[in-house]
Amino acid sequence: MEEHIDEKRAKAIRRREILKLTPVVLLGAFAVPSFQEVLLKEGLAFHDWASAKLFRRGHLAPTFSDAEVVSFEKFPINDYDVDDPGVDLDAWKLKVTGDVTQPGEYSLAQIQALPRQRQNTKHICVEGWDVIGRFGGARLADFLNLVGANPRARFLYVECADDYYSSLDMETARHPQTLLCYEMYDRPLTREHGAPVRLSIPTKIGYKNVKYLTRIHVTDVLTKQGYWEDQGYSSYYGL
Amino acid sequence: MSAAVPERILTWEAKKSGAQVLAAYEHPFLVRLCHWTNSVALLVLIASGLRIFRAFPSFGPKIPQHDLINIPKQLTLGGWLGGALQWHFTFLWIYMATGLIYVLYEIFSRNYRQVLFMPRDIRGVWPMARHYFFFSPRPELNEPYNPLQKLAYTSAILLGVLSVLTGIVLYRPVQFSWLAVLMGGFHLARIWHFCVMVAFLLFIGGHLVMVLLHGWNNFVSMVSGWKNDPEYLR
Repeated sequence: MEEHIDEKRAKAIRRREILKLTPVVLLGAFAVPSFQEVLLKEGLAFHDWASAKLFRRGHLAPTFSDAEVVSFEKFPINDYDVDDPGVDLDAWKLKVTGDVTQPGEYSLAQIQALPRQRQNTKHICVEGWDVIGRFGGARLADFLNLVGANPRARFLYVECADDYYSSLDMETARHPQTLLCYEMYDRPLTREHGAPVRLSIPTKIGYKNVKYLTRIHVTDVLTKQGYWEDQGYSSYYGL
Repeated sequence: MSAAVPERILTWEAKKSGAQVLAAYEHPFLVRLCHWTNSVALLVLIASGLRIFRAFPSFGPKIPQHDLINIPKQLTLGGWLGGALQWHFTFLWIYMATGLIYVLYEIFSRNYRQVLFMPRDIRGVWPMARHYFFFSPRPELNEPYNPLQKLAYTSAILLGVLSVLTGIVLYRPVQFSWLAVLMGGFHLARIWHFCVMVAFLLFIGGHLVMVLLHGWNNFVSMVSGWKNDPEYLR
């Protein structure tokens, strides 16, 4: 439909339409240093919240045939500082603290007494590389039951021999493929791969698959999220 | 189904020259809002994506690692991998939301008839390309977008969909394992995601060149919604 108006009104209409776009300018707040940090933190928090909603307890990560597994030599060794923090393997115990009925120190033999699970799964690094490896160990869920972890606790905080630390939501910790891993390629973990016990979590990004585990802590409140997480990495990062 | 032309038309008399001016309302508010917000989001995603790629600039194995390119830091956003991921994870929502709002709006307002590339547009592509690249005469146009434009804009929407699907596989290869299988796995999805980015760079380059060469009127109309004296209404 065609409408005849005067020029002033035509200009006013145009001006109004341009002004309507001002919300786009709000994106400029991301360029202001003092707002940027807060906005990105909130953005990441929203992203993590939405990501957690997508997690399905019973949905298994794909597993692979033995032929698809990369050779042991080609399984990367990633650390934030040292390959070998010098764990005394004979004296090693896993400390269990927090909201559990049986806190204390657990030996490797106690972990190995739990049903052993062996799986070929994909390990994906936040950097972008991925590798299929073979992992063996006890289900973390079984161990949490053994120590009497409160089934309603929300988080698992984990510490390592090299001062690395991280955290997991309890749904992921109790996922059937989440392992207290003491074997790779059917052999005891080597020092570089986290001896004597590491986490293998096929539903989480690499930096949550911590090595040289020394303590797990069951809690509802995380005061620290993780070595990388506290520097700005996603604290959820579920695959 | 015929091609659509804008329905709101205004005419007025220019005070200075006394000439009759005719203007068409080409881009409704939501289209403009989504266009500009999405443009910013796409640029942020590309720049932060390049920073993420810098962390492992290879499509091969980790051992041995062969870097493909060293992307200059100045072209990237985020400062470090963690920072770039924060930008990427924040703006992908803005990108998806504006993309989705745009597509839904186009469908329900039936505005898509202006811009969606249809089989009947195929025969118009070559004459238009000949005009742009070989300076042959410009084919007459009786609708807002020429066939080549429709092809470009429709492809951009497809790229948008692909960028999201490949991105989902990169971020959630386990929860969306069926989609990962469709893409040929995490490893290939990373390559597709990168290819989509390159295709977007080509689109953006072409789009900007066309706007600079021919499109001042089009630029104004994407800002104000109104285009003066459009060719298709002459």
